Amino acid sequence: MNSSRHRNISLRPARRHHLLAIHSGFIILLGIVLLPSGCSRGASGGGLTVAGSTSIQPFADRWAEIYQRIHPDRIVNVQGGGSSAGIQAARSGAAQIGMSSRELKPDEKDLTEFIVARDGLAVIVHPLNLLRGIGLAQVRDIFAGRIRTWQEVGRGSGTITVVTREEGSGTRGAFQELVMHKERIAREAIVEDSNGTVRAIVAQDPRSIGYISLGLVDGTVRALDLDGVAASDANILAGLYPLVRPFLFVTNGPPTAEARLFIDFVLSDEGQELVESGGLLRAR
Amino acid sequence: MTRLERNDRLIRLGLLMIAFSAVSILIVITLFIFSEGTPIMFKYGLRQFLLGLNWYPTEKSFGLLPMIVGSLFVTSGALLVGVPTGLACAVVLTQFASKRVARILKPVIELLAGIPSVVYGFIGIVVIVPFIRENLGGPGLSVLAASLVLGVMILPTVISISIDAFQALPPTYREGSIALGATVWQTTRMVLIPAARSGLIAAIILGMGRAIGETMAVIMIAGNAAAIPGSPLAPVRTLTSNIALEMGYASGEHREALFATGVILFVIIMVLNTLANWTSSRRRRGF
Amino acid sequence: MGLSPRLEQKAAQVVLWTFTLATVFILLFIVIFILRKGLPMLSLEFLSSNPEDMGRAGGIFSTIVGTLALTLMAVLIAAPLGVGTAIFLTEYTWEGRLTRIIRFGAECLAGIPSILFGLFGFILFVTKLKLGWSILSGGLTLSFMILPTIIRTSEEAIRSVPASYREVSASLGSTKWQMVTRVVLPSAMPGIATGIILSIGRSISETAAVIFTAGSALRIPTSIFSSSRTMAVHFYILAREGISMPHAYGTAAVLVVTILMINIVSYYLMNKFIRRYS
Repeated sequence: MNSSRHRNISLRPARRHHLLAIHSGFIILLGIVLLPSGCSRGASGGGLTVAGSTSIQPFADRWAEIYQRIHPDRIVNVQGGGSSAGIQAARSGAAQIGMSSRELKPDEKDLTEFIVARDGLAVIVHPLNLLRGIGLAQVRDIFAGRIRTWQEVGRGSGTITVVTREEGSGTRGAFQELVMHKERIAREAIVEDSNGTVRAIVAQDPRSIGYISLGLVDGTVRALDLDGVAASDANILAGLYPLVRPFLFVTNGPPTAEARLFIDFVLSDEGQELVESGGLLRAR
Repeated sequence: MTRLERNDRLIRLGLLMIAFSAVSILIVITLFIFSEGTPIMFKYGLRQFLLGLNWYPTEKSFGLLPMIVGSLFVTSGALLVGVPTGLACAVVLTQFASKRVARILKPVIELLAGIPSVVYGFIGIVVIVPFIRENLGGPGLSVLAASLVLGVMILPTVISISIDAFQALPPTYREGSIALGATVWQTTRMVLIPAARSGLIAAIILGMGRAIGETMAVIMIAGNAAAIPGSPLAPVRTLTSNIALEMGYASGEHREALFATGVILFVIIMVLNTLANWTSSRRRRGF
Repeated sequence: MGLSPRLEQKAAQVVLWTFTLATVFILLFIVIFILRKGLPMLSLEFLSSNPEDMGRAGGIFSTIVGTLALTLMAVLIAAPLGVGTAIFLTEYTWEGRLTRIIRFGAECLAGIPSILFGLFGFILFVTKLKLGWSILSGGLTLSFMILPTIIRTSEEAIRSVPASYREVSASLGSTKWQMVTRVVLPSAMPGIATGIILSIGRSISETAAVIFTAGSALRIPTSIFSSSRTMAVHFYILAREGISMPHAYGTAAVLVVTILMINIVSYYLMNKFIRRYS
């Protein structure tokens, strides 16, 4: 077509414009992307963000649901992400409240913590598993990979399928601290990223063993007795059950006004009733 | 310059800027991932990342080898399942099926591409994992499960690109061969497939890229054990699962290590994509 | 090679058709499996009420809203960019290094796995730009993911518009821009729409990138800065954690039915487009 020849001639000076156009296009695109940050209000728009432990998340969701029903003008956003992420989010301001299902580490102690509930860690097996109770030392051996078959434990046969939570999970952190002490959980263990998933897997695999929040144990799995002590709230309250951990709400410095209101609700009778009906123990 | 020409020039400039959006985005993504992920690789040494066997990021142990091997195994398995099946479908759809049947089959197979990966993973959990566990042993969450499901997931990619490869061939190839007395199968096997070779290879490579990049389905059915799988029935973790599983842990060095995983994944994918582009352009130039 | 060619072909056909029918069977199995368990859950109430008790009860309304919001945002950003790029590639330039670079960029973008988009979106939008887990973060990330598809399909659609249309327009004295906007684009619209609809399908199914950028809040989003859960994410969480299988199946059924409808619509559109120009 004639126009192409015409174009070639008149485009020589236009070539210079190419670079300019490319650069401006790039910058404009970047601008479009960065512009909203000027409008953003820090965390998600004008509400309270509560983020962290997936063990606490179902309870936080429930608390938020009821809290917002009572106060329709207030907004609470609950996110998961894991205890460590929650602590990080509280520190960085991405969330006003971080949720942690493990104790704060020494270098995290500068943050303000509120105990909102207490929870036991249950070691669970499939309901048809003949094992009823086990020693903590044996649990450590199993999760470290030293004991590999059910025969060695004395009940049943076959290779033990070990199921653990992911690195960064507060539940894993608590388990690591309370059971494994300095030892690493075996690499061959199956890793899943929420209590619910661990429970779902153990509920299906007769040769599996795992650990979840005691409050989440239901009819699909069985919690083992540890060193002779049954996994029950009574035993936790009596101080007999070895695996107990705090559920924490963490804030960077004193909580914001919105956060304070929510925390007060959670620690109130109504909030704590929810804790108990969910299978956890009250904060006090 | 007339006003018309100036307007035209402006419009063209504007469109040029828009057109560069895709490239700009690509550059930004690349820069970001590399800038977040490479420092830690150099701090702890590339060798530890690429060859280390232990992934315990909370204790600063960043060995990615089990995940690299895991991605490799799972992808190979997916290719074993998906490529023969996909090629067979492509051959049937282009050479053996009648026009009417093909018109029905093609959209049906394209529907496979639209199903969300989490649904594939779910079917994997509910159907395939228990089947493997009860009939073949092991926890069921395994290389085998991942390979089977991923193999099905890459079928649409392999099939559609293979069909394109066949349809790009000059019709005279087929007609000439049949005219010489060959059966359709002989034609396919001895003329068409070799002729479409580079396009078919591109299909395989892109299928590979899809399999390596898949995350959700794999997390649900592979078991995510950070160890080199000893058998197809053992659990496995891929590079993608590694990122997704622990990404919530967004702190300091652990986060950087996940970006490092992303860098390695990115490099692998880029290499594969360039290879696929190169082989299919060879085809275009060749014919 | 002892078999006669006819016999060999028959054997090959058996094998090939087995594979093909197996593929079709797998697809039908998946669809029927989900729909069988999920369709019973579908009711007006399921679709219009919000999830309660973590999704164990109630419906999926907030997730539907979230999905729509996210998809809309992604398309609003990607469609102008994608169609603009396509127009540039076809009408305003010639094949050369420039177009090769642009196409290469789009192809590479298409090959990046969704988890890397999720990683990128999480670090850039959620963290560094402090947009938080929000529809904005998710929409931006998704728009980058669907951009290559829109570019590719729009380009094909625009190219298919016959040269005669352009020549007639030029001979009537229109400017290039007028020709593009009043003749070429409208004619290419079905093809472009197909690409956009396919991208919508992709956005709806996407999970990895969305979970890490838009989060998983259960409430109805109040602004683009709110976090929100899409149906795919909701399904993932329900199914993985065994919260409620019936609800999981219900959500999956909605997803599958939506995808089915999208595929049917785009197939119909594409056919109409092809028939118009062949």
